[in-house]
Formats: sequence, structure tokens, C-alpha cells
Amino acid sequence: MNGSPWNPVLYKVSSKSIENADLLTFELDPVGDEAIDPIAPGQFNMLYAFGIGEIPISVSSILPSYPTLVHTIQDVGRVSKSLIQLPVGDIIGVRGPFGPEWPVAQVKSKDVLLIAGGVGLCPLRPVIEYILDHREQFGEVNVLFGTRHPDNIIYHRDIISWQSDPSINFQITVDHAFPSWRGNVGVVTHLIDKAKFYPENTISFLCGPEVMMRFGIYACLDAGISEDMVYLSMERNMKCAIGLCGHCQVGPYFTCKDGAVFPYTMMKPYLNISEL
Amino acid sequence: MKNIKEVLSDLSFFSDMSDEMLEFIAACGQNMHFSPDEYVGRESGSADYLFVITKGNIAVQLEHPTKGTFTIRSLHDGEIAGFSWIIPPYRMQFDLKAREHTSVVALDAGCVRKKCEEDHHLGYLMMKQSAIIMNKRLEDTRVQLMDIYSGRV
Repeated sequence: MNGSPWNPVLYKVSSKSIENADLLTFELDPVGDEAIDPIAPGQFNMLYAFGIGEIPISVSSILPSYPTLVHTIQDVGRVSKSLIQLPVGDIIGVRGPFGPEWPVAQVKSKDVLLIAGGVGLCPLRPVIEYILDHREQFGEVNVLFGTRHPDNIIYHRDIISWQSDPSINFQITVDHAFPSWRGNVGVVTHLIDKAKFYPENTISFLCGPEVMMRFGIYACLDAGISEDMVYLSMERNMKCAIGLCGHCQVGPYFTCKDGAVFPYTMMKPYLNISEL
Repeated sequence: MKNIKEVLSDLSFFSDMSDEMLEFIAACGQNMHFSPDEYVGRESGSADYLFVITKGNIAVQLEHPTKGTFTIRSLHDGEIAGFSWIIPPYRMQFDLKAREHTSVVALDAGCVRKKCEEDHHLGYLMMKQSAIIMNKRLEDTRVQLMDIYSGRV
């Protein structure tokens, strides 16, 4: 990491694109010569809205044009609302990158099963990009995406591209649909029957609300995928991002420092503990 | 083109059945084809068939008097639709609507029930497989009720 992890680097909002009613994707470019280190799939940055506060946001795409950053932000609180309302050209602070990567570069020749729920697709999009850029290094690639309603679908251009790409099995399902919806309806775990993989040679990454991930993990294990081949991205109230403040503690781990991407085997004892 | 017995033998639902049982069940079946938006079955109608989807997509739907149609679940190749055939009073609980050109093997409910009564081992296998699917769909519905995508990531 360049410099102190406490010092935000100044970035300006270069572009904004609306994903759905409460979700925007930002491109950020450094204001001066200083930039944060290159970010990897699964890592996150702390984005600072000056005078309001700071929030952790996963990288949602990795452009070849370093040091441009891409983050997708959901309007869920005071800081995110403030960030979303910033006009193009305004300045924010960025600290990072933090946390381990999805182990995508270390699983060559394996089949891949990605399960995303709602905005959980954002941290997995760089994984899909990496796989498609290195497609020959992987076996079967499946992406199962569940969301509440067709109106909540994000990254439309990417999804159309992925659905028409024969080298990747991309499936969407929604919980509720309008009458003209001709796609899948049902929970995302239902889609596992449509995935093609050899369980003994498969790695699975899950990202989404924790309840969804729990049921997604059960589906992976039921399908025969080994526990140590399942990874998930945990969300907690991260403040310092370097494992000092303790806000994001889960058992003996700090989500900001030890995660947000964890092997399931590390999180297994804690996933069913209420309000942990 | 596969005959009905061969189609059924490819499905996990029928995988525990002996050749004789499959022959028995297949004799209750007929191929049916539906156009997009054609109803395969209607809520409150008589549950005369158990449908094995061989190609296409069926939406399980409920009609709301003011809010329109709700699709609760979509069913695809290899899945089973129409479990009301097994539970008295054998009345359809939902609409089943083809979303694209859809082909099914329709097993005559009366015929299958009669054979299950005659051969309780066959009846047990049919009930066991039906219970597995109905339990999975109940679990899925409970998860849907939790609105699992509403949380932050």
C-alpha cells in the first residue's frame, strides 16, 4: 500500500452510471500523481465523503487503465447517499486496497461456481472479468445470480454479454416477477441444477446477504463441493479497515483485515450465531 | 425419438423404479405439447395429470384480483409439475402456464393412483420422490419469504 493506510488519496468522480433505483457505478481517477496500489478482485477501498464519513466498498470492475477505480455504491445510509449524490468532477478520499483477494488466480483448471445474490454481484464481477480474460485456464464456469425482482437486475450490458457467451453458463432468477418475465423464478439455490461442474474439481465463491450465502453454501455442499473449496465475502460494519477498531469482528477475525473474502471453513463456526 | 418409458428412466424421480414399474407408469403417460402462454393446468381445476417437463418452461402462477398475476416459480426440463394429483381432493392449487413451446409427458393421475394402490412398493417410491420435491419447494418458498436479497452486502 502506498503511504499510510490512514491517509486518503484524493480521487475525482470521472463518471457515474445508474444501475437501478438505488445503485450507481462510479469511475474514479486520481486528482494528482498519487494513486492507491492496484486493486484485485475481492478487495475493497474505504471511500470518504468529506465531512460525512467513510464506507467500505468492494471493487466492482478492474479496468486495464490503472489507476482508474470502479466502485458500485448502493444507497443504504448517510455516507452512501452522500457519495451517490456527488456530481461528476467532485473529489472524494480513497484508502486501500484492503483485504485478501478471491483466490481466482490460484485455481487454474478447476470448474468454477459463482453464486451472487442482489448487489453481491458487484464484488464478483471482477472475478468474472478475470476468468473471461483467462478463460483457457478454467474448466466449466457457472454464474448463478438471484435477485428480488427484474427491476433489481444490474450490469445489464455485461449480463447480456455473459448470457450470449457460450464459454460461461450465466443464469438469473428472481423472487418475484411481472407477468411478462419469461426467465427463472425461484431462489438462487434452485439454479444449481442448471450448473455444469464436477464437484470434486470445483471451487465456489459466494457473495450476497448472509442468509442467502448460508443457503448457497448448503446447496454447494449438497452438490458435493468440498468445504475447503467454498469461499464467501462477509459484510460487517468496517470502520478502520486495518483491524484496530474491532467494529467488524466476527469471532476471532476482523472482516476488514482477515476478509472480507474468507474460506468457508474459517467462517463456518460463526455463520449461525445470531447477531454476531 | 425416445418413448415415454425411456424419457422417464432418464429422470432421478424414477431412478429407483424397476423396469417393470417404469413400464407400468409409462403406460399411464401421453405426450402433450403447449404453445407459449397456453395453460397447462388451471387453479381449482381437477388435477388429472402429473406433468413431467421434457422441453420448455412452465410458470407456476397465482392470480391476484387487483395486483394481477404472480409467478411463484418457474419449472424447466426434467422437473415435475402438478403435485395435486397425489393429495385429495385432487384439485389444482395454482395455474400452470407454458412460457415457451413446452413438451411434457402427462401421466394420467387416476391411472397412476390406481397402480400405486395395487402396488404399494411403487406407491411408496412415488410418494418418496414426491415428498423430496415438495419438501425442497417448501424450503425454497420459506427462503423466498425471508426476502433474502434485502440485506446489504
